[in-house]
Amino acid sequence: MTSYADYRTGGRIADTKAPAGPIHERWDKRRFEAKLVNPANRRKQTVIVVGTGLAGGSAGATLAEQGYRVVQFCYQDSPRRAHSIAAQGGINAAKNYRNDGDSIHRLFYDTVKGGDFRSRESNVHRLAEISVEIIDQCVAQGVPFAREYGGLLDTRSFGGVQVSRTFYARGQTGQQLLLGAYQALSRQIAAGNVEMHPRTEMLDLIVVDGRARGIVARDLVTGKIDTYFADAVVLATGGYGNVFYLSTNAMNSNATAVWRAHRRGAYFANPCFTQIHPTCIPRTGDHQSKLTLMSESLRNDGRIWVPKAKGDTRPPAQIPEDERDYYLERIYPSFGNLVPRDIASRAAKNVCDEGRGVGPGGQGVYLDFADAIERMGRGAVEAKYGNLFDMYQRITDEDPYRVPMRIYPAVHYTMGGLWVDYDLQTTIPGLFAIGEANFSDHGANRLGASALMQGLADGYFVLPATVNDYLARNPHKDEVDSGHPAVQEVLAETEDRLNLLLSVDGDRTPDSFHRELGELMWEFCGMARNETGLHKALERIPQIREEFWRRIKVPGTGEELNQSLEKANRIVDYLELAELMCLDALHRTESCGGHFREESQSPEGEAERKDQEFGYAAAWEFTGTGTAPTLHKEDLVFEYVHPTQRSYA
Amino acid sequence: MKLTLRVWRQKNADADGAMSTYEVDGISPDMSFLEMLDTLNEELILKGEDPVAFDHDCREGICGACSLVINGDAHGPERTTTCQLHMRSFSDGDTIDVEPWRASAFPVVKDLVVDRSAFDRIIQAGGYVTAPTGSAPEAHATPVPKPDADLAFEHAECIGCGACVAACPNGAAMLFTSAKINHLNVLPQGAPERETRVLDMVAQMDEEGFGGCTLAGECATACPKGIPLTSITGMNKEWLRATRKAGKR
Amino acid sequence: MARTVWDSTVGKKTVMAVSGLTMLLYLVVHMIGNLKIFFGAGEFNHYAHWLRTIGEPFMHYEWTLWLIRVVLVVAVVAHAVSAYQLSRRDIKARPSKYVHRKARTSYATRTMRWGGIILALFIVWHILDLTTGTVHSGGFETGKPYQNVVDTFSTWYGNVIYIVAMLAVGLHIRHGFWSAAQTLGVGSRARDRALKTTANVLALLLTAGFIAVPVGVMTGVVS
Repeated sequence: MTSYADYRTGGRIADTKAPAGPIHERWDKRRFEAKLVNPANRRKQTVIVVGTGLAGGSAGATLAEQGYRVVQFCYQDSPRRAHSIAAQGGINAAKNYRNDGDSIHRLFYDTVKGGDFRSRESNVHRLAEISVEIIDQCVAQGVPFAREYGGLLDTRSFGGVQVSRTFYARGQTGQQLLLGAYQALSRQIAAGNVEMHPRTEMLDLIVVDGRARGIVARDLVTGKIDTYFADAVVLATGGYGNVFYLSTNAMNSNATAVWRAHRRGAYFANPCFTQIHPTCIPRTGDHQSKLTLMSESLRNDGRIWVPKAKGDTRPPAQIPEDERDYYLERIYPSFGNLVPRDIASRAAKNVCDEGRGVGPGGQGVYLDFADAIERMGRGAVEAKYGNLFDMYQRITDEDPYRVPMRIYPAVHYTMGGLWVDYDLQTTIPGLFAIGEANFSDHGANRLGASALMQGLADGYFVLPATVNDYLARNPHKDEVDSGHPAVQEVLAETEDRLNLLLSVDGDRTPDSFHRELGELMWEFCGMARNETGLHKALERIPQIREEFWRRIKVPGTGEELNQSLEKANRIVDYLELAELMCLDALHRTESCGGHFREESQSPEGEAERKDQEFGYAAAWEFTGTGTAPTLHKEDLVFEYVHPTQRSYA
Repeated sequence: MKLTLRVWRQKNADADGAMSTYEVDGISPDMSFLEMLDTLNEELILKGEDPVAFDHDCREGICGACSLVINGDAHGPERTTTCQLHMRSFSDGDTIDVEPWRASAFPVVKDLVVDRSAFDRIIQAGGYVTAPTGSAPEAHATPVPKPDADLAFEHAECIGCGACVAACPNGAAMLFTSAKINHLNVLPQGAPERETRVLDMVAQMDEEGFGGCTLAGECATACPKGIPLTSITGMNKEWLRATRKAGKR
Repeated sequence: MARTVWDSTVGKKTVMAVSGLTMLLYLVVHMIGNLKIFFGAGEFNHYAHWLRTIGEPFMHYEWTLWLIRVVLVVAVVAHAVSAYQLSRRDIKARPSKYVHRKARTSYATRTMRWGGIILALFIVWHILDLTTGTVHSGGFETGKPYQNVVDTFSTWYGNVIYIVAMLAVGLHIRHGFWSAAQTLGVGSRARDRALKTTANVLALLLTAGFIAVPVGVMTGVVS
């Protein structure tokens, strides 16, 4: 048997949907070329949308407005609780309301550069174009964005850019945008256009004759496993950061939908591109169940520093100015504290590795607001960041108005995801992936306030246009029902998997496996990766998987609300996905964005890309659990933004 | 810290429930309340017992999933969500009672998990602005005075957790409903549907079997987001205004 | 519109607020009238007689008084029926109590419900005592209200019932007035203090004003 790491390189893959021609005309052209479905026929076509975050909520609402019959799912008790709600800082848009030199082209440029030249130009340009419409749409829905005294919208700046293009609603932008989408969705539910299934989790994808035709889902309250059929399936199920156990994701965010789709034939692209967010609250002990993010917007006014001397344990107030190292301002004078996330995270890791970290275990750096409070006054700081400061104080029991915050990087976002073309369609016809679940727009590193932008762009504007085209070209064919052999097979597999989990009756809890996997991934596939470590992880993961199936203990039955069963089933998928992440990280021997290979760095310790060798998106094809996958490369062509070594100095 | 927990256990919606007593040891003051329950659940699983079911997700105080009544207080003794309540708010040796939200409109699903879908139906009745995708005018076409925008935001902060209902002696959902009505009715974008919104949402709220308001003020005290009691006053005003206008038509 | 109001919890609360304020207005007038007792039997009895002749010659003898009585009966019935229906709904909405009891959660609600019941019973006794004389302690004489009042407050139970009821009135008004303001949508953060103060002052004045009469009788100021 060959080892998992001996992957095969298959044929190249290419996006065939983006039209040729000037980049700013492509989306218009695509929309014009897209076939339309007669409004009268839309009612006869069903689209399944899994997930109700920014992408899923906006897609479900918009598809229903267009006249399609939408069947939507979320594992939460209400579509309003999807984890987009936790996004704090803001949403980018190239409105140029500040007259500070912003434009669609600049947002496009910043995003491609910020992504370290590993994203697809056509997609990113479209995102920048749509960004403008998103703000209009959200304002019309009643999203209470921050405003100036004149009644016009306020903006602030975010990492990796030099313009002020981030729209925000105090520190709860994600919440407000999500409620906007949720309300639009609610209106469609009331109108009978969306059939909503809360507390229902997708467990597998139904593919019939090579097309996505439905899903298998479990009612989390009754435990009933059911099949749902449609003419197209949209996955808006978010990222897979919870592979790391500790992350800023919600506790129940999971990778099951995308991983099951991958197992059914959808390629998984750039799985190793994970974003480690620089400003999170450091962990306090082994009991830690998740990490909490402090919005990047804090870096607008907070200054990051550590003591110059190693092992300096004096309280921060007793460390004089000249014994402090404001390392971001020192190393990157032009962007200072506002360098992109990957750079800020790595810099924090470096100073902590040098032994200059602060707080328990030396795993933290200071984010200091003393200067801001002196400059703007406490009231102004409070107005801008009050809720974040309160949250920090609640968790740490320290007053950030008096003592500098302590922050440390944590897993936050996954740029990788299901491979999609310009239409956001995966390699399985009829299966679409939107929002964080796909891979397309952020390359190897996502800029702050761009996730909200992408989720809403995909859901409100892109998907509804491209699904139209798919449904028009593939009109409603034979009915699929639960009697179909392909359906029976998927259903049986799902039931067997859950029954097996319940029957092992071992001696380890689901969380203990999750934690073990997470620690392994953080150590070897976290902020810095190297060949030896990745090999170690690849060796260890199958062992954990084997042990899991021998020792897992899931109490209760499958016919009830069983949170342990839900967890265990998600871990099954993490244990496979983690392996692919490590392999992807191992094969990509360059450093780029969030993926830092220690073997590929400049003398100054900056990430070094190898464009000749790795200027592609890696799309992996599943071949079986634990067997080497097949790599399909999508060459990335840069016609407008020419790859340079990123410089924020 | 060593604690005694008395937790409401109920097999499913139809079963009878009762308080069960558990001891937990080695609790750190830095743990969140839910992490303390995680610790208990890990022990229960290993003992082959059914772990305590409770709703939770983001664990950073914004999704509104967590919903425990701790020592008789919705979300416990601090003004925050259960997930942001830390064990430093308790002392070694304490006995802590943990119960689910209680209201007939929020039936218990299992243990500490309740069904809050009534809230979704209240929003579906009118808690939105009809603005189909693509129909929006330029964002700056309608300036919104900052005080109005701030007021709308203050009400829009509601996380839909249901603590207001849990704390209310009448199981009323007035604070939840009024928060959304005030959020949208204050903004120019929400103005065209101002009357139907309040009438339909209040009617749905009644339909769901929530109680009425006796202005006990418990909801506003329990609200982790600090939605003020005046929110309900604002809703009453909107309702009267809408009723008068409807009467004239 | 009437249907909408009556069918809605918010509407029914409006009915309670309006009927409550009507009764409150009446109470203020009633209390001021009561205080006339301190100026002697002549003035008090004259005032009582005038009540029956208000509006003459346009109105016939006692017409205005009956009009007021009808309005009051409507207010009392509307208030009580709304309160009963809303309370039943409230109790149904919260069928099971928390095992861990907190006293404060229902203080205001309980005060209003039990206070309301006490007041309803009091009103019945009060009318039977001083309007119809059915349960009057002394020899009730129509047209001699001064003596009737003195008789009532010469018994210990007359004083107890009355004073307890007046304390209940105070508590009821204290929460009720502020509550009505919220229900009618006139409350706001800026006005909250003023409303609460007004409610407290009204409650205090009315309770003190009403209780002054039995105290006057007991201390011999009125005899």
